[in-house]
Amino acid sequence: MIKFKLNGRDVSLDVPEDTPLLWALRDDLGLTGTKFGCGVGQCGACTVHVGGRATRSCITPVSAIEGAEVTTIEGLDPAGSHPVQEAWRDIQVPQCGYCQSGQIMQAASLLTDYPSPTDEEIDGVMGGSLCRCMTYIRIRKAIKQAAAVMQSKNSGETSNG
Amino acid sequence: MIKRILAVIAGVAIVGGGGFLWYAWYPALPKVAPPSPGQFSAAQIERGRIVAAESYCVECHTRQDLGGGPKLAGDYKMVSPFGAIYSSNITPDPETGIGNWSEEALRRALHYGVSRDGSHLLPAFVYDHFTKMTDADISDLYAWIMTQPAVHMTHRQNDFPLSVAPRIGLAGWKLLYFRPGVYQPDPKHDAMWNRGAYLAEGAAHCGACHTPRGLLGAEKVPGQAYDGGTVDGWIAPPLNDKNPTPVVWTEDELYDYLRNGVAPLHGPAGGPMSPVAHDFLATVPEADVHAIAHYFADIDRASQRVSGDKAALQRAREQSKRDLTGGNLLTDPDARLYQGACSACHYNAAPMPVLGRPELALNNALWLDEPTNLYLVMLRGLTAEEGQSGVAMPSFYNALSDHDMARIAAYLRRTRTTLPPWTDLDKKAAEARKLVEEPPVNSSH
Repeated sequence: MIKFKLNGRDVSLDVPEDTPLLWALRDDLGLTGTKFGCGVGQCGACTVHVGGRATRSCITPVSAIEGAEVTTIEGLDPAGSHPVQEAWRDIQVPQCGYCQSGQIMQAASLLTDYPSPTDEEIDGVMGGSLCRCMTYIRIRKAIKQAAAVMQSKNSGETSNG
Repeated sequence: MIKRILAVIAGVAIVGGGGFLWYAWYPALPKVAPPSPGQFSAAQIERGRIVAAESYCVECHTRQDLGGGPKLAGDYKMVSPFGAIYSSNITPDPETGIGNWSEEALRRALHYGVSRDGSHLLPAFVYDHFTKMTDADISDLYAWIMTQPAVHMTHRQNDFPLSVAPRIGLAGWKLLYFRPGVYQPDPKHDAMWNRGAYLAEGAAHCGACHTPRGLLGAEKVPGQAYDGGTVDGWIAPPLNDKNPTPVVWTEDELYDYLRNGVAPLHGPAGGPMSPVAHDFLATVPEADVHAIAHYFADIDRASQRVSGDKAALQRAREQSKRDLTGGNLLTDPDARLYQGACSACHYNAAPMPVLGRPELALNNALWLDEPTNLYLVMLRGLTAEEGQSGVAMPSFYNALSDHDMARIAAYLRRTRTTLPPWTDLDKKAAEARKLVEEPPVNSSH
């Protein structure tokens, strides 16, 4: 029995402990927003957050996340309105959309480390998240827009506080 | 004349042999009725719990393979160069454990490596360290052990020649390598240092993994104390000034690592070191962990070496930032492989490395003489309970071939350290893979 927190609620799961987290999320917990891409941690489509860090769920066995906090695209924001998600809609980033939940999770993680990332920093961190529709230019643009929104929100809160 | 020489030789042999027998022979100590738990005070049991935690008793006296076993009931498999050894049941079960041992018997075992029945114990039970423990600590430890649940369980047969040969052979080993004696404080140092030394040299037996061992398995002390050793296939890095990390292990870094399983400028504790922090040193008084950190910061001469840290940090930042500038990526296929597999987590260009996102340019594993630890972490990953709590590293066992791992290892060694390249990387990757048991079947597509 593996216990962890998924999108803020406690879950316990009776699956073989070598089951990839991605399979558990999609097949056992019914959260299909996270996608299966390459299956070997090389494309980023399956990215979720473990302890706030972008983590490839396809090669992370559930035994490795005992007690951890896991966030998927469904839990990034209760209303689906994380600044990254809003920027994504605004700029109409996706084309086929398959890789996008992984892209968004990686981008959200990136912005906690680089609140105002340069092109190089975006390319460097997002480089492991592949998009066969080549939406990279719009991804970069949306990340910058989300960064600007998050920063103005933060400074607004500071000045009000 | 010849007769006289022979007589002298015979005399010496008899006296020597007799002396050896006198040295080697210990009586059986009488069996006692298992002490009733009520005879120990709660305070003493709690002190004993701390002594046990600082000695990691549970780690080596609890089966880990075959799905694990009951706490302290033994059958933990230790692989030595001489064969596999299985640890003893030390629960208070009178038949299969140590329930009918007196406190004196436990003290004799820890101080002299002799079992209650008088037989010599294998030095896999590290009495070369436990001999340094005070009688008071052993008394508390006895109270804790005797109040743990008794489990009726025997261990598997040792696959080890000396366990069938007369144990008296072990007395010869002791004569050569074992010097009994409780820790004596060093008046040149303060109380904190001495507390740290007492724990590190005694109960916590750090040298058991971090000091190299000779042909007969004895630690090469004092000459090579803390020069680094091996454990369960992992490299246990040097704890003295031979430790190769670019930023030194200061008292603060050591404390974070020992207490929380992760140090900001060195990375997480992986492999056999992770439980030392999370299961044991996280549960004992902070002052004791500070004392151990204080002691090793002296052993590794941190204060004399720390002046280079600023430059080392700066270089690490620049080395890592190169991956973020894209320059490598256009021309270097190894850099692209690294980026695809690793850099979504292992990026760092902020002023200080962030916990849970180890800065590989500072990480121990890249600066060791061999890529073993790097490979083992790549193959196994790290669970959320290991290293930095709550953060996991995936297992790349099925994701990267030996050659892929070799390319990443070569790339990191080349771009993140100032050391010469590792050799035979493909072969060593295959060897490391053999050390990782039972690949996760479900994740192989």
